[in-house]
Amino acid sequence: MSKIVIHIDSLSKKYRGSQEFAVENLSLTIVQGEIFGLLGPNGAGKTTLISMLCGLITPSEGTFTIHDFSYHESPKQLKASIGVVPQDFALYPSLTAKENLCYFGSMYGLKGKMLGDKADAALASLGLAGYKDKQVGTFSGGMKRRINLLAAVLHEPAVLFLDEPTVGVDVHSKKAIMGYLLELNAQGTTIVYTSHHLQEAQEFCTRVGIIESGKLWRIGSPEALIASIPQANNLEDVFIDLTGRGFRDG
Amino acid sequence: MSIKKELLLLSRDIGGIVILFVMPMMLLIAVTMVQSGSFDSLLGTRMQVLLVDHDQDSISWRIRQSFANDGALELIDQLGGKPILESEAKGLVHQGDYQLAIVLPKDLSKDLQVHVKQNVSKILAEFDFSADTIRATGGHPVAAKEIKLYFDPATQAAFKTAVRMSIDKLVSNIETEAIYSTFQSELGEPGDSSFTEQQFISFKEMDDSANGRSVIPNAAQHNVPAWALFAIFFIVVPLSINIVKEKSQGTMVRISTSPTSYGTFLMGKTAGYLLVSLIQFYLMLLVGVYIFPYLGLQHFQVKGYFLLLSLIAFFSGLAAIGLGMLIGTIASTQEQSAPFGATLTVVLAAFGGVWVPVFLMPNIMQKLSVLSPMNWGLNAFYDVLLRNGGFKAILPAIILLFLFFILTLSIAIIYDKKKKTV
Repeated sequence: MSKIVIHIDSLSKKYRGSQEFAVENLSLTIVQGEIFGLLGPNGAGKTTLISMLCGLITPSEGTFTIHDFSYHESPKQLKASIGVVPQDFALYPSLTAKENLCYFGSMYGLKGKMLGDKADAALASLGLAGYKDKQVGTFSGGMKRRINLLAAVLHEPAVLFLDEPTVGVDVHSKKAIMGYLLELNAQGTTIVYTSHHLQEAQEFCTRVGIIESGKLWRIGSPEALIASIPQANNLEDVFIDLTGRGFRDG
Repeated sequence: MSIKKELLLLSRDIGGIVILFVMPMMLLIAVTMVQSGSFDSLLGTRMQVLLVDHDQDSISWRIRQSFANDGALELIDQLGGKPILESEAKGLVHQGDYQLAIVLPKDLSKDLQVHVKQNVSKILAEFDFSADTIRATGGHPVAAKEIKLYFDPATQAAFKTAVRMSIDKLVSNIETEAIYSTFQSELGEPGDSSFTEQQFISFKEMDDSANGRSVIPNAAQHNVPAWALFAIFFIVVPLSINIVKEKSQGTMVRISTSPTSYGTFLMGKTAGYLLVSLIQFYLMLLVGVYIFPYLGLQHFQVKGYFLLLSLIAFFSGLAAIGLGMLIGTIASTQEQSAPFGATLTVVLAAFGGVWVPVFLMPNIMQKLSVLSPMNWGLNAFYDVLLRNGGFKAILPAIILLFLFFILTLSIAIIYDKKKKTV
């Protein structure tokens, strides 16, 4: 039986001044080696859930553990066991690719030659070896996306959270990123992934959870979810069926 | 690594380097040159004063002698080889070409002698010393005379008061001397030494320095520490922008999700920016020591003070960094942090006595000035440079600066923590 890596128990979040829960009484278990897709329309509560799991905001109610570390009891160890790939290019444009990686790596206790070697190896693995000494501000969107990913995995986290990792990139960079993520997963990294690319999620994820109004509506493998809705041919059909066709701009 | 990152980011921002290092030096040179002019006009070089002399007698001579001995004021009684007319002097002063004109009325010396003689004779007559003399000097009383002073409207009040008091004292001395000599003459005892005209009470300015080493404050001694402090505190602007940028470009998300605490992250920034503020300070010292003399300004003396000055700069830098980090943590946008940081720095400088010395401020402002960390730093610099104070003298100030750093840093960390519970 696979080891439980993320255990969420009745997690809720109500923002100050708000009458409604952004995430309400959500429970979920993710096991090691899973690629879990967290899908939902805008404002459904995906970002709030991920933000709580990453330690960016504190839950109003409920508990969770990652890699057996509770955020309340061992936040430092919990944070050391995760990697976060934000949707924005969370990089310093005037630093070089290697300087960026080394700086973010140092925040996880990596240092010296080992840090430099890891940065070099990571850059080479996503075709950026020749650009390691160039400032990130001069890079294309696809290159920045790749650096953005590498900055989160240098310390070899047990769990990797990705927020729209392929948004706005060309097909080559997308292929490289997805290939790299599969490689990490094969090495044992558990991946939690949010995206609006449902086709990509269908191909990439081993399991998906559809979240709406702060609650987890459906959970299962893409195939099982598609099979559960009559006349659904893909995950997009499942998504529309569950969340409706109206706009979600609020 | 964090320090290296901060220094790399700064070194690749040419505009930031100019703002951090070059602008304060330019500001220091400009302000010192401007203030040096006014210091010199009051203390150093001789100020030209117009004299319209209708008296041409003993009082006129005494005033000329007095001004010649004073060294600070130079009397000009002719323009274009012709004696100056009152209307001409009035016009020149009004235009601001000269700051002061003195007009001595006609027969001032002669009438003073007559006036004194009449008074002395009257007194002696009351004692019945010499009825002949009284009759000889009797007649109509002499009309009071007035010496007119025309000041440039822009002249500082303190200077006007000083000139008025000097001339008043001079006239009093002349009158006293005239009274003495008239008494001597009336009593028929010329050359008698029973009346001494020598001043009985005089002033002696005491040197209060403990070790006998005294420094005369000049524009450089005031401006270098004051503007160095201003530059150090101006670090609030780039630092707060830097933190806001971290939030807006998403790097703060990475930092917040890493095991490194916000406090550790801020300490990394502290070390980097402290280095910057010390470099700023030493550049300002170099300007004071080496550039000022080339520009004809008094040079800044650091010999014997270097370590203490560095210590004050170190703690002032910490205080400034604490404030910058607090503003950066609270502000959401650069539009909030930059104008607020810049304005706050200017306000703290004004309160702290960087622009105008604290003793010249209104009473309420003098009381408020102690709230400005720049005032603590400035006083510590003055303790060292002007009062020859040692480590003990600056200890209270550096403790305050350090506590200010701890307080602002703590508020920033607590605020960041609270933000997570939104």
